[in-house]
Amino acid sequence: MQSGLDFQPGPYIRRQDEYCQWLKGGFLNTFVVPNIGLFSLFLAFLVAIYAAVAAVFGVRQQNPKWIESGRAAMLLTFPLLSIACVALIFLLVTGRYEFKYVASVTSDTMPTYLRITSLWGGQAGSLLFWSWLMAAFTGAVGLRKWDRDREFLPWVILVTMGTLAFFLLLVVFIENPFARLWQSLDGSQIAAPFRPRGAVPLFPSDGIGLNPLLRHLGMIIHPPMLYLGFVSYVIPYAFAIAALATGRTDARWIKLTRRWSLVAWLFLSLGLILGGRWAYDVLGWGGYWGWDPVEIAALMPWLAGTAFLHSVMIQEKRGILKHWNMLLIILTYALVIFGTFLTRSGVLSSVHAFAQSAMGPLFLGFIGVTFISSVALLIHRWSDLKGENHLDSVISRESLFLLNNLLFMGILVICFWGVLFPLISELFTGQKVTVGPIFYKRATAPLWGGILLLMGIAPLSVYGRTSWQRLGSALWKPALAALIFEFILVVQGVRSIAALIGYGLAAFVAFVTLYEFWRGTKARRKRHKESFPTALWRMARRNRRRYGGYVIHLGIVLMAFGIIGIEMFQTETQATLAQGEQLTLGRYTMVFDSLSEWDTNEGRNVARAVVQIYREDKFLGELYPRRDFYYASQQSMTIPGVRSTLEDDFYVLLVGWEPIAAQGTTFKVYHNPLVNFIWMGGFVFILGTLVAAWPERESLPSRKRVSTRGALMRA
Amino acid sequence: MLSEYSVEDRKGSSPGRTKFMLGGLLIVLAVIYLIASATQAAAQYYLTIDELIAKGDSFGDRDIKVSGAVDGESIVYDAKSLTLRFTAVNVPADLSEIEAAGGLAKVLYTALRDPNASRIEIEYIGPKPDLLRHEAQAIVTGRMGSDGVFHADELLLKCPTRYEGEIPIQSDES
Repeated sequence: MQSGLDFQPGPYIRRQDEYCQWLKGGFLNTFVVPNIGLFSLFLAFLVAIYAAVAAVFGVRQQNPKWIESGRAAMLLTFPLLSIACVALIFLLVTGRYEFKYVASVTSDTMPTYLRITSLWGGQAGSLLFWSWLMAAFTGAVGLRKWDRDREFLPWVILVTMGTLAFFLLLVVFIENPFARLWQSLDGSQIAAPFRPRGAVPLFPSDGIGLNPLLRHLGMIIHPPMLYLGFVSYVIPYAFAIAALATGRTDARWIKLTRRWSLVAWLFLSLGLILGGRWAYDVLGWGGYWGWDPVEIAALMPWLAGTAFLHSVMIQEKRGILKHWNMLLIILTYALVIFGTFLTRSGVLSSVHAFAQSAMGPLFLGFIGVTFISSVALLIHRWSDLKGENHLDSVISRESLFLLNNLLFMGILVICFWGVLFPLISELFTGQKVTVGPIFYKRATAPLWGGILLLMGIAPLSVYGRTSWQRLGSALWKPALAALIFEFILVVQGVRSIAALIGYGLAAFVAFVTLYEFWRGTKARRKRHKESFPTALWRMARRNRRRYGGYVIHLGIVLMAFGIIGIEMFQTETQATLAQGEQLTLGRYTMVFDSLSEWDTNEGRNVARAVVQIYREDKFLGELYPRRDFYYASQQSMTIPGVRSTLEDDFYVLLVGWEPIAAQGTTFKVYHNPLVNFIWMGGFVFILGTLVAAWPERESLPSRKRVSTRGALMRA
Repeated sequence: MLSEYSVEDRKGSSPGRTKFMLGGLLIVLAVIYLIASATQAAAQYYLTIDELIAKGDSFGDRDIKVSGAVDGESIVYDAKSLTLRFTAVNVPADLSEIEAAGGLAKVLYTALRDPNASRIEIEYIGPKPDLLRHEAQAIVTGRMGSDGVFHADELLLKCPTRYEGEIPIQSDES
């Protein structure tokens, strides 16, 4: 089918003389740099273990010197791992294909920036990158002022360095990015950092290259974002464990890590949104979220983290839900490790390949040990975590937040069930049964709806108790507006009950939130005699967390509009067209103009079609759906031609063609209504999170004033 | 009305507490119901071709997932009607079994050369995927028709020789 298959990637083993020649020139590159990297990596592993041990020993001996030494060791891991990362990037950029990792993720045809980002393009590199981020974050934590929280320090060191040591164990002993390729005596290919007995080094002249599907901006930024989110969650967890271990179980640990968990949540959300965008742009199936186990693995910590984010506010304000918050952060941490384990296994290699290495059992063992010991510690401190208040009214803010938590947990359980179901069914019935996207959609949709409803009601409720009357008087205007909106939809011809419910709820949340902004601004305007924009700006600045949260809710509303639009009203068709023929989908008509096919000089075969798009006979423009075939990796990539407007996307895929054009070219065409609301909503969502997480200007001594003011704001 | 319960009561036995317990229980039950009904509706059985031939009738209208080795010579594609037909040969589905037999590539290779292996014909309406070639593993989702042809709604392909294997190195010494 593809022309020009005579292209050969051409890896070969260099001859002995050639090899010696080459070694002379490359001594620095082949030996010094990688060995420095390998050495720092191993040293970082030892230092991390030392830090954890010294911290615990310091607590046992009640000797602050040991703890201080542990902290110094913790700070040392960052520079050590930076050296390892730089060494690996050097090998990637200079194309030292004798290293297995370099050969598997880079090739001669890749540009430099892609070689650098290949650091997280494969499993070994991603684990190193993960560890490096972890070291950077713990470094930042280690440098903070510990005066008031000195008792937390050793435990934070223990948890963070324990986690880091585990990841470095994997990087050093199982997936070492500095492992070289060798040919053993029996002719098989092996990878090891040092020469196995009797083995001959291999020098491939070119690498396989990064999976072409991953050569996309979204996919280059997506893993680091997800990792940043994952790694940031280790910090609140470490403080939670420190609080449990020291028995200082007030809300201090939450206050200290509030920003960490917001930042973690920000990056995780960004990672998920970028992942969706990447799937939409690159995977060529007209969707953005497919409910596959890898996506779910990244979603699960987000669900637990979102529940955590909401319920810590209740603990801060009311001193209740303490056990629950501990449980949530422990769960989030476990899911973060699980997510790291799954996300890398699914994208590049199969689960099948993963089961072969020792990685799987080690990961599951680590998750099991940390989870069980954390929960045991929690049970040990159970009575210390007694609530200072009591849940009184069903419609108080704390009850509504608790309800929100239960719904998020419900979705989490559904996701978990979906991932585990094949295993469970095989275990009990011997029959392998899987559940597809329909399972997740059906099971989670009512819960998402419930969350939307709560998002509308909860901001209007108050702490302690809210009377129905009071709530009703705050709710009726937005509810009426939402009803009018529903009526307009029905008049416009929307008949799907599910869509009407979804849009109604989303509109309700939007009206409530905007109404809240308006009410707050109006009140402030009256009080301070300010102009409307000034009052709005100052009000939001005074209570960033609250109004940032509202902006996030508005982002969610926009995303909900987009998601309902594409999920419920997406249409598609496919046809094989000869030149000049057309196909019609909804109000759109597409005319097939021409097709061309050529080889590029970076080892790619491109087939590109030109089609003209009309809507109701009005010419809108041309689209160029494309298929890129990468010879080296034998992978093809379908890049859609998309005409994108706020109202809808017209999404054209080139899916098949015959070289002699006699039979024509096959297109698959999607009409995706409102899909851009997802990306727009994502943008607003991130903006809101930034507002909420932005550092307050107040310095430490005035912190008390801030919190009392925060409490007063609710009145 | 609901807000009238006392704040003082901290023993946890107030009617308010019961109300929360009931509410929580209700949500738990709702989630269990959602999981059960959605599982019922969306479960797809993963069968080998042997199993499909042996007991395919017992699954009724339910979607079935089947995997098999693609016989390259059997592939027929009509681009105008987008109708794709090919024959798939039974391969084991169990990963450890595949591993024991020497990996997926080996399993697919031997399956296609075994004259006694069971086969089914698969029909799929849609574009012909690039990866559909001899000795690829096809994973199809669909139903067995009364005509004895498996009608697939979804077609996934795996070519195990690349990517999972070693770095390709050819010796130029010869």
